[in-house]
Parts: sequence; structure tokens; C-alpha cells
Amino acid sequence: MKYLDEYRDGKIASKIVEEIRRIQTRPWVIMEVCGGQTHSIVKNGVDYLLPRGIELVHGPGCPVCVTPLEMIDKAHAIARRPDVIFCSFGDMLRVPGSEGDLFTIKSEGGDVRIVYSPLDCLKIARANPDKQVVFFAVGFETTAPANAMLVSRAKQDGVHNVSILVSHVLVPPSIAAILQSPQNRVQGFLGPGHVCAIMGYREYEPMSARFKVPIVITGFEPLDILQGTLMVVRQLEEGRAEVENEYSRILDREGNRPAQKLVANVFEIADRKWRGVGSIPKSGYKLRWEYRDYDAEKIFSLKEIDTREPEICISGRILRGIKKPHDCPAFGTICTPQHPLGATMVSAEGACAAYYAYGRHLESKREELEAMASLGGAA
Amino acid sequence: MCLAIPGRVTETFAKGGMRMGRVQFGGITREACLEYVPETQPGDYVLVHVGFAISRVNEEEARRTYQALLELEQLTELDVPEVLEPGASGHGGSA
Repeated sequence: MKYLDEYRDGKIASKIVEEIRRIQTRPWVIMEVCGGQTHSIVKNGVDYLLPRGIELVHGPGCPVCVTPLEMIDKAHAIARRPDVIFCSFGDMLRVPGSEGDLFTIKSEGGDVRIVYSPLDCLKIARANPDKQVVFFAVGFETTAPANAMLVSRAKQDGVHNVSILVSHVLVPPSIAAILQSPQNRVQGFLGPGHVCAIMGYREYEPMSARFKVPIVITGFEPLDILQGTLMVVRQLEEGRAEVENEYSRILDREGNRPAQKLVANVFEIADRKWRGVGSIPKSGYKLRWEYRDYDAEKIFSLKEIDTREPEICISGRILRGIKKPHDCPAFGTICTPQHPLGATMVSAEGACAAYYAYGRHLESKREELEAMASLGGAA
Repeated sequence: MCLAIPGRVTETFAKGGMRMGRVQFGGITREACLEYVPETQPGDYVLVHVGFAISRVNEEEARRTYQALLELEQLTELDVPEVLEPGASGHGGSA
């Protein structure tokens, strides 16, 4: 039987939900970190299935969302240059900067290309020796090994007309920033499965101990989310704060060593700004000095760009689990996926865009989903 | 963007100083770098993220993860056309 059928069938899901209900003695607030998990929760109505009092809040783990507007504007400044072929994953193309998006630049004659893999940029650079090929290197730990390989191969192979615009962020410092906030409501975390497939979960252990917070590394399928939530609730109810692995069929504590090794060779830890949140110390990567010739920010000596986000937007508080999309007066009215005002609406993995895509800005849809969830099924 | 897609390795080869493979995802076959899971053999199932295998999985896990991603509409990256080596005939591109 397929996993989603198992979820829809409701037997296993009901058992897990029943167990949560049995052990729960008080309300708990749990954050899922990864944007893929958020998307899955909203699409499948997993949050409506949980007992009242177990609140899922949506974390900062959408790389498109948290890429700062300044960095988007820098990307656009580079992409507009006639001597540049600007390469990106598809989901960055419609993120609006201060003036239009990458699709606009492409329609105005800019050479903007969607690539499947960073390694495609090496091929494009070899085929276009008179152009500078720039890759928009956004992402969390999962994507870093791919970008590290691009730069490492380019250096080894003597390909000099390729560079990367780095906007790499890391999950553990963002969790620490959330926990250190005086407004924090989050009491337990569903950790990001595929990020930990690369990094393992060793680095989450000191954080779990320091902040006395349960962290359960969890997959993104609906039953994974329910199981991970049960494991977090169980820890909270028993007064434990440990790192546990719900996703052991994919990852272990150590992660992917060869990938970690190359990432450490190419990148070093740096402070990074997160859209909606602000600067978080040691929360991302920059290229090591040895790879400075592949750093697009240095090659194009871009000036710092001053940007301003709309005051009405509460995406920063949504990313830290303090607010939900419904708390925002702009949500679904003046802020939509077609005209996003801030971080959590710019990508399908953002909490606001996911709520919008699955009709949660419509009260009728909400009632329908809640009714379905109460019958033991899911959307 | 951080979700990896499971597929079946159909062949492995060396290219550009890297261990590479062809990986089949449903009806689409793409090139993937195998440097991070060097023990991979044809017939194995791997999780692939942006053209890089990051973990080996069993067949059952591969099937259900693929199905879950399909339902979440998280497979669109596989539709991006393959970039061919300059001057090479490549493997004929993909759907």
C-alpha cells in the first residue's frame, strides 16, 4: 500500500492522533522547520487532524523565502549585464525585487537561464567562453554540496568564467535565533529531514540540551509529520529534551561525510541576513578566500543596495512562529502569490503561499477541511 | 527546494573527473553526480537533489517518496531541459 494511501485510509493516522490525545495533558506549540514539511502539512490538512491544543507553527526553512531582498536586487543587477549569463533554479525567477523579477529581465533581453543542477553552469561556461556565467547559489545545507562541487570543479578544471552569488543559510542557527527571542512560543521542533541527510543531527544535540527543547528529525510525508509530532509531544509530556530521529529510513546521526567534507573545503561560516528576520550570527556560508575568484559579489563589486519591506507585512513573525498567515490583514487581500509583499508569500513553500494555494484564505474551505479532519480522513 | 527526489540508477560512468550516473525518475532520465555516494551501483535507488545523489534508499522507500513528491507537485525541477556538453551529442536530453 502506498504511503499516502495509508494516510488517507486513516487507520494509522487515527492511531497516532489517538495516542497524542491520550498522552497530552496541556497545549503545546511545535514548529516544523522545513518548507517542504509546511507545504505537506497544509496540503494534507495534517494540522487540522491534530488534537486541539497541539499547534503547528511554520518555520524559516524555505530558502527562496528567506533570501534577502538586497540579494535579489544584486542578482537582478548582475542578470541585467550584457556580458552575463545568469543561471538559477526555477523558483527564484518570479521572486520580485525592488524592480521586477528575473522573468522581466529575461523578457527585456537578459540572458537568464533556469538550470536543473549547478553543474549545468560548468557546461554553459565552457560553451560560452566570452561570457561570465553566474549561478544564484541559494539554499540550505541540502543544496550546499552541489554548489561546492560546482566551484571546486571550476577551480580544478581551470574554468574561469563561472562564479556564484552566494546566499546560503543554515538551519541550526535559525532555530537558536527563534529560541533566543523573548517572544518565542515554540516548545518543540520537527527537524528538517533532507537537510539532515547531508549534515546528520549531531549538531542539534547541544542546542536541544542548552535550550531544553525536543527536536525530532522528521520526514515530509503526512504520516512522518504525525509520527514526529507524537515523538515531540511524548518528550514534552515526559519532561525530556533530546534529539530523536523519526526519519531513520533516510538518515543517521552522521549524515553524508563526503558532502560535508567538500562543503567545508569550499565554504566557511558567515553571518547572514534572513529576509523578514534580519541578520543572524554565523547562520550561513560564504566562499573561502581560496575561492574568491568564483565569488560573484567580488567580481562585480556590487554596492550595498538599500531596500525596504512593506510595513504591513508580518512575515518575520510568521517565520519565527509568533504569528500565522491569518493574523495578517494583507494575507489573501493585497498580498497574494501573484503580488507577494514579503518572504512567506514569495515561494510555494512559504507558509502564506501554502495557506493561499490550499484555500485557507477562504473561510468556507477552512470549515470543509476541519470537517474532513474530524472524520478521521484528510484533504 | 530542499526535498530530494528518489530515482533508480541505470548506469554509472566517469566524466569531468567525477563519478556520474544516469538516474531514472518515473519516465524521465537525468544525469546525476555520484561523488557523494561513491559506492552506488546500477540498480541502486538514490535520493537526488539538484543533480547530486545524497543518500541511498531501498526500492519501497523510493517508490513512496516519489509518490508523495508527485502529489506535492515537487517534481517540476525534473522538467528543466538538460544542458548538453558543448560539442557533444550527450545522451539525447530528456522529456
